[in-house]
Amino acid sequence: MNKFGIILRHTYGTHIRSKSFIISTIITLLIVVGLTNFQNIMNMFGDGEDSGDRVAVISDSEPIFNQLQQSLNAVNEDADIVQFNGTSEEAQAAVKEEEFDYFVHVQLNENNNLAATYYAMEISNSGFVDTLQQSLGQIKTGLIAAEANLDQETIQQFYAPVPIEKVALEESAKTEEELSSARGLVYFMLFLIYFAVMMYGNMIATEVANEKSSRVMEIIVSSVSPIVQMFGKITGIALLGLTQFAVIIGVSYVSITANQDSMVGGMFEYFGLSNISISTLFYGLLFFILGYLLYAMLAAMLGSLVSRTEEVQQAVTPMIFMVVIAFLIAMYGLNDPTSSVVTITSYIPFFTPIIMFMRVGMIDVPIWEVALSIGLLVITILIMAQLAARVYRGGVLMYGRSSSWKDIKKALQLTKKE
Amino acid sequence: MSLTLNNVTKKFGSHTAVRQLSLEIPESEIFGFLGANGAGKTTTFRMILGLLQQTDGSIDWNGESINYHKSHLIGYLPEERGLYPKLKIVDQLVYLARLRGMNKSDALQQLDYWLDRFKVPEYKGKKVEELSKGNQQKIQFISAVLHNPKLLILDEPFSGLDPVNVEMLKEAVVDLKDQGTSIVFSSHRMEHVEELCEHLCIMHHGSPVVHGSLRQIKRDFGKKNVVIRSDFDLSFIQDISGVTRFKKVSEGCDVQIESEHVAQKIFDALHQKGFVRKFDLEEPSLNDIFIEKVGASYNE
Repeated sequence: MNKFGIILRHTYGTHIRSKSFIISTIITLLIVVGLTNFQNIMNMFGDGEDSGDRVAVISDSEPIFNQLQQSLNAVNEDADIVQFNGTSEEAQAAVKEEEFDYFVHVQLNENNNLAATYYAMEISNSGFVDTLQQSLGQIKTGLIAAEANLDQETIQQFYAPVPIEKVALEESAKTEEELSSARGLVYFMLFLIYFAVMMYGNMIATEVANEKSSRVMEIIVSSVSPIVQMFGKITGIALLGLTQFAVIIGVSYVSITANQDSMVGGMFEYFGLSNISISTLFYGLLFFILGYLLYAMLAAMLGSLVSRTEEVQQAVTPMIFMVVIAFLIAMYGLNDPTSSVVTITSYIPFFTPIIMFMRVGMIDVPIWEVALSIGLLVITILIMAQLAARVYRGGVLMYGRSSSWKDIKKALQLTKKE
Repeated sequence: MSLTLNNVTKKFGSHTAVRQLSLEIPESEIFGFLGANGAGKTTTFRMILGLLQQTDGSIDWNGESINYHKSHLIGYLPEERGLYPKLKIVDQLVYLARLRGMNKSDALQQLDYWLDRFKVPEYKGKKVEELSKGNQQKIQFISAVLHNPKLLILDEPFSGLDPVNVEMLKEAVVDLKDQGTSIVFSSHRMEHVEELCEHLCIMHHGSPVVHGSLRQIKRDFGKKNVVIRSDFDLSFIQDISGVTRFKKVSEGCDVQIESEHVAQKIFDALHQKGFVRKFDLEEPSLNDIFIEKVGASYNE
């Protein structure tokens, strides 16, 4: 086997057996299984105890109570609305004894208007108050309308919402429905690319710095060219990443299929994961690989410049910044994918893998634009490969307090003849 | 299979690390490469290994330049020891040997041989970080020789070892030499160099200040040592012309003289003073030569 292969297998082999890798994969899998079984887990907790609120109501008139009960139950089926037979003081005592969660005292004031007092152990949890406010408001409108002798039809018209239809004038633009269904998958894959670049970039930089600080690097680079070593390592970690994703996606798929019934509607439809677009997946994989390559080389280069493992974080900070900025722009772009900031930044090679992916996922980008950005990205990767290889060659021989970008120059000088 | 360095110069920017170095390291020989710290030894090794490119001059081995296609023929024990602390001995030595072009089964076989030879077969499944410094050193040595290199660079191979282990490794080095390996040997322990090397070179500030066969170097040095032990005061000796160094010890003195001729004068002077228990004319030690050649310029 050639040396590239030996290094690749060694990198892959030692990492896949490492505790940190196994543990992080297991944790991710647990989260995935937990999310896909979200509905089941919620139901499991829900069935055990009565989750509905118990509300005591004292009202002067029977019809108002009935309307309130109806209206509150329309929002919250589980709520138990009870007409309280007794005084306000007794009802308050019942709340204190936790017989009821809330007590609402509805009265008509001197102007014959509805007024209510809300009693609860604590009033910070105001979700119910909002519902109460709405319900009482409707009842009040009804009462006033009845007093004004308005018929039912007119009252209905009061309540009817104003319809707003959204029409995109650009032909290629996706409809609102399409947008929100694309958003979930893009969001999900953006996170994957973001985490992959951060995590595996860090892994490479740390590994290089480790080999340097343990001084085994000098032995390795005397057996095999640093460039072969660097690319062997990058490829090994890439395969490791793909393995991890394959496991995660495989488990997700099985788990989603198994829980399909409970997930119809709900959050998965909301995230648009129910209709997955093949082209988005394809672009996701492409940009993942290209982005990984670019950032992996940058990470290897930065890792080769430090002498101690503790300095790795400091060295990769500029790289992390770039990824974070790209990610933030992409997050903004999810809501406004046609913004010019997003369009322009999608051509900057260090941002392309994240932002251009977001664009092609969310809107129909002309093919030449995609090709142009990928072309720029590939050219940058090739230049980066040259630069990283040269810095790496010199960097791995450099020891001492490393500080800054000056070291890049120093490392480049080491590889020269003088 | 000899290694030739021809007028090799290495500059880092304006700083010259190695200047006009010419060496010839023959097959089946241990070549002593000495120098104070920072004299350019490691830079020279890195140039031989192809990690650095020389600014000027040429390095070749049997008339061919050294590159990664020959790495299976080269073994390197760097001064700064380095192994993977968390990997098992067997895993990392096999990995390093495979990077040197060995196949797995040969590497395992050789590994068993060397672990047995160094009487540490039980370390095979252990991690490096679990071993003592001296034992890590043995493992490091094995990593340099596992693939039977034809050219072996040993930078301070015996540092940190107890005398028993030093002898064990020294024997291994001599065996490798007898099997035809050219060895470049660097050490600050002059007695090791005197014992092992026929030819040597002392570097100072990037230039060779002494270069040749050990015998010739000693002969050219001219100066000799006289060891005198007696009961009376010997301090008058330092006034005799031709005495270059006088060192009083508890029962006499150690004197360095310009030539054998001076010894005669000292002997005559002593003769009149009284009884001398010991009078010994000695060859200069490599230590003396090193201190003189390198140390003198420190004082400049």
